[in-house]
Amino acid sequence: MRVALMVTCINDAMFPDTGKAVVRLLRRLGVDVEFPASQTCCSQPMVNTGYLDEAVPVVRTFTEAFAGYDAIITPSGSCAGCARHQHGMVAERSGDPALVKAVAETSPKTYELSEFLVDVLGVTDVGAYFPHTVTYHPTCHSLRMLGVGDRPRRLLENVRGLRLRELPAAEQCCGFGGTFAVKNSDTSVAMGSDKARHVRETGAEVLVAGDNSCLMHIGGTLSRQQAGVRVMHLAEILASTEDEPAGASTASHEGSAR
Amino acid sequence: MSGTFVGMPVFPTAARAALGDTQLRHNLAHATGVIRAKRAKLVDEVEAAHAAGAPGGWEDLRLAGAAVKQRALDDLAGQLELLEESLTKAGAVVHWARDAAEANAIVARVAKSHGADEVVKVKSMVTQEIGLNEALEAEGIAAWETDLAELIVQLADDLPSHILVPAIHRNRAEVREIFLRRMKDVGRPAPADLTDEPKVLAAAAREHLREKFLRAKVGVSGANFAVAETGTLVVVESEGNGRMCLTLPEVLVSVVGIEKVVPTFAELDPLLRLLPRSSTGERMNPYTSTWSGVTPGDGPQEVHVVLLDNGRTNALADQVGRQALRCIRCSACLNVCPVYERAGGHAYGSVYPGPIGAILNPLLKGTGEKQTDSLPYASSLCGACFEACPVRIDIPEVLVHLRTKVVDGHRGDFPPKAEAVAMKGAAWAFSDASRLGLVEKASGLSGRVLGRLSKSAFPGGRPTAGRLAGPAVAWTGARDLPAPPAESFRQWWARTDGGTRPDSTATPSSTTTEGETR
Repeated sequence: MRVALMVTCINDAMFPDTGKAVVRLLRRLGVDVEFPASQTCCSQPMVNTGYLDEAVPVVRTFTEAFAGYDAIITPSGSCAGCARHQHGMVAERSGDPALVKAVAETSPKTYELSEFLVDVLGVTDVGAYFPHTVTYHPTCHSLRMLGVGDRPRRLLENVRGLRLRELPAAEQCCGFGGTFAVKNSDTSVAMGSDKARHVRETGAEVLVAGDNSCLMHIGGTLSRQQAGVRVMHLAEILASTEDEPAGASTASHEGSAR
Repeated sequence: MSGTFVGMPVFPTAARAALGDTQLRHNLAHATGVIRAKRAKLVDEVEAAHAAGAPGGWEDLRLAGAAVKQRALDDLAGQLELLEESLTKAGAVVHWARDAAEANAIVARVAKSHGADEVVKVKSMVTQEIGLNEALEAEGIAAWETDLAELIVQLADDLPSHILVPAIHRNRAEVREIFLRRMKDVGRPAPADLTDEPKVLAAAAREHLREKFLRAKVGVSGANFAVAETGTLVVVESEGNGRMCLTLPEVLVSVVGIEKVVPTFAELDPLLRLLPRSSTGERMNPYTSTWSGVTPGDGPQEVHVVLLDNGRTNALADQVGRQALRCIRCSACLNVCPVYERAGGHAYGSVYPGPIGAILNPLLKGTGEKQTDSLPYASSLCGACFEACPVRIDIPEVLVHLRTKVVDGHRGDFPPKAEAVAMKGAAWAFSDASRLGLVEKASGLSGRVLGRLSKSAFPGGRPTAGRLAGPAVAWTGARDLPAPPAESFRQWWARTDGGTRPDSTATPSSTTTEGETR
């Protein structure tokens, strides 16, 4: 099986540690994951803001980068949702039958990380170790667009040392919403402040989710509040082991030693 | 009602003001929370019954409801002609109205033909949509709202903020105040010893409305459904005040949007099960009134039905948007919407607020006007509305589609909007990985600079980008933003051959910057 990592533009540019964690995790599980270097973005920022023409060349780049792979894995429910449920619409807009065909190939092969682990690899215990108290926020697109259900939870429940706390009103949106976060920043902040409050109520040390975009919003809110809670992508927790621990409160500091 | 939505600011501006209204925030959080829980309980109940052997679960019911409405819409012209025929046969007078002005003129004409200077009204969305009360007022005819919440809104010269509970933004102390101050101007005054107990307030409204019910010659209603096969109109309500208006006056005029048509009486079944569960969180609503034209000696002896387009055929012509015409006005999407819950209904600048309003208004009115064009963006696309919708309207899909229409409407603009320039730039960078690589190198450099200047860090030590100026203030005004890492993922992959070459400790970690020393 040829497996490609679709790291996503935001992880590539802002959260490379999540990409590295996916690579480490998949290799540990025996998957030889490749990174097609011609990949860029899923096109969601354009699509969801209404710029369909601008999305066309981006979707074309996506289909070219990932052509021929059996599975395209992405550490983002939102980007997987875009590839699976919106690329078809963009291809239709292009009027190019070749692009429609190419999308029909790549769309169904795109998996959000927890889907790939549970459904394709059939694992829920990935051998991870993370001795911290965490709470899990199910991001909207993974929950309602993809329907990942309890897959991330099952993965977390099998992480040794991890104590999982229930997040109140977990299914309510955090308020990120892509360009919504700036076009309607006041409402976005109001939603984020409620999400942050619920996170704090759990007493968890770490908030985990499957989308760094949402975590950037919630984490940015928590950080501004000096809430003493950090955010981590699910992949980083699943990649964490006794030998290569992640997420101790100064982990990223240590990594920067030179 | 003298309040008006005309001239409302764009959604972000209106929402900013609403977010600061603490009473509104409190009421909305409480009311939507209660109603969400009631609905969820009943959906679970249907599921449990299905699991125990009852035919069809909640999803089956949704599919059935959506199919009934879709069947009618797919053959709308045929169904409407059949409806007209059935209504006429049953003794009703059918009028066709292209727009609000035509519909209002018809209602005014009917009222005047009976010398009426007042009408009593059943709660109805469509008559608010067309501004009937204001139009009648201009003709010297007073229109009295008789739904309790609509009465509160009308007495306060206020605007409705919810489809089902239009006075959701008011609390009982305010309602008491409104009753005490305003009832006396338009009819029977509220008792001087009025308290803010719901029971007492309802009793005052009952007394106030009763004289209007008994006096009015003309009743005005909308309809939840219009059955083509039998010419039956259906009104679903909770208070019984609607039934008073439907049965006591001599003349009844019903304004009905053409999308309300349902092919057969039997097909009301899934809709009447879906609607109360989705709207009030009840298995069945307290009052369901049905009437087919005129019944001699029983109820109104002159029955008019105004079939209204007012943009509905525009919506029908929109291949993606037409599903919005399946809407049965239950307001489940409002109650689950995190944006509605915080910004409230007035921010949408329409009698149709919330997620359904964010698509219905642009579909009915067309895009191209600033306030309307801001509505499809009043959503984080979280999808809770689609999940709750009893007739499976994929609201997020329609929102994105309408955003495309808004953007396409500005493609010729000169100079282009900053956002359009940014999107063009992003498309350029995302069309070719080598271009994106260059952008990321620049971002890495900026990250080093920002990181060095940064005075704050996230838990774990990653520096923030600080408080940025310009458009970025929309983010950093309230939220920290991580400084970009010095090295992108693709740079790391290239440098370490996908992590297979040892990651030298001499290289910077991606999440801290050069400025980080130890």
